[in-house]
Amino acid sequence: MTRYIMVGIVLVLGTPGLAVAATAGTGPLDHSGPAWSPYLVGGLIGLLSMATLYFSARPLGASSAYAALAGMLGRVVAPKHTESLKYFQDKPPAVNWGFMLLLGTVVGAFLAAWQGGELTNQWLPPLWASRFGEASLPMRLAAALIGGILMAFGARLAGGCTSGHGISGTMQLSVGSWIAVSCFFIGGIATAMLMFRV
Amino acid sequence: MNLTTHTSEPSASPLAGDLVPDQQQLVKEKPHSDQLLAGAIFGVIFGFLLQKGGVAKYHILIGSLLLEDFTVMKVMLTAIIVGGIGVFSFHALGLVKLDIKPTRYAANIIGGLVFGVGFGLLGYCPGTGAAALGQGNWDVLAGIVGLLLGSYLFAELSSALGKTINKWGERGELFLNELFGMRRPAFLLIWIPLLVIVVLAIDRIAVR
Repeated sequence: MTRYIMVGIVLVLGTPGLAVAATAGTGPLDHSGPAWSPYLVGGLIGLLSMATLYFSARPLGASSAYAALAGMLGRVVAPKHTESLKYFQDKPPAVNWGFMLLLGTVVGAFLAAWQGGELTNQWLPPLWASRFGEASLPMRLAAALIGGILMAFGARLAGGCTSGHGISGTMQLSVGSWIAVSCFFIGGIATAMLMFRV
Repeated sequence: MNLTTHTSEPSASPLAGDLVPDQQQLVKEKPHSDQLLAGAIFGVIFGFLLQKGGVAKYHILIGSLLLEDFTVMKVMLTAIIVGGIGVFSFHALGLVKLDIKPTRYAANIIGGLVFGVGFGLLGYCPGTGAAALGQGNWDVLAGIVGLLLGSYLFAELSSALGKTINKWGERGELFLNELFGMRRPAFLLIWIPLLVIVVLAIDRIAVR
């Protein structure tokens, strides 16, 4: 009888502890935050987008550079077919301003992470691993691949991404940009909730 | 220092036609390479800021979609406020031209939702994905392959989409103040403080 009581006590006291152990690391707030204040970073990105309009007459944006690279690769693999596509006729793929901006973004992020001791050199994000297990790299890569396909298709259809619509367009009061960025978050929140909170 | 007058267009210099071919080529190439350099410099700054803002990290981007980490919203809204004040001030002084994409209700909504699902699956967006690569988050490589495939897929369908979804609810360049029938300065006097209030509210409520 005493033994059953003991087991009962252990279960009652232990279960919340086990639950805590099971959920440790599954929240985004269990992982490192930004190195700098988000308001400082946001303010400086705001100034940067003024600078690109002033010096280069172009709004800050990232997604079209992927389309340019896709077109350049397409020209290598299937030159005639790639030239026949309307999008690539309207926007001939080339190493252009936006393409250099994207390359620079990789370099700048490397410098910042290196300077701040935040280089990760990792394949599996810890938050993903805490949810789907340490052995879930194939699933992670598949999700990233499919996610990338949908994201680029959506960006081209919507006319921009989180930079082009989400920052450059919204700050200039573009109605389409506010609609697009709202839909980015609606679709993203629904998907992330299904993956992590159901 | 304003480089906007130099473009890669052959007609950029009215003198270009008088020059011998070699010099013509120079006139075309020189400003072009200036702009490529400018793009690269702006990119380095952009990437540096994205990483320092924490938005090259998977858990911060997913955290924003789980409505638990508001770093992304803070960065974006502050950029929109500062950039908005700056761009419209510059515009009023005649220093910049506004540059927005046409509003197309169907394409913005459908494309936006598809983008959002992709955002949830990939966990990075096109700009922050490039920053994630710089930081050493190698899982984004699969996402970059996807971004290239998705871009080509769109190009593949661009002719058909241009005749259908892109035409539905096409409104051209449309500004928020026009929706409310207001002049831009008056609208901004209400709009900017409203955005500031939203940021202050997020700052009060959000843990991070």
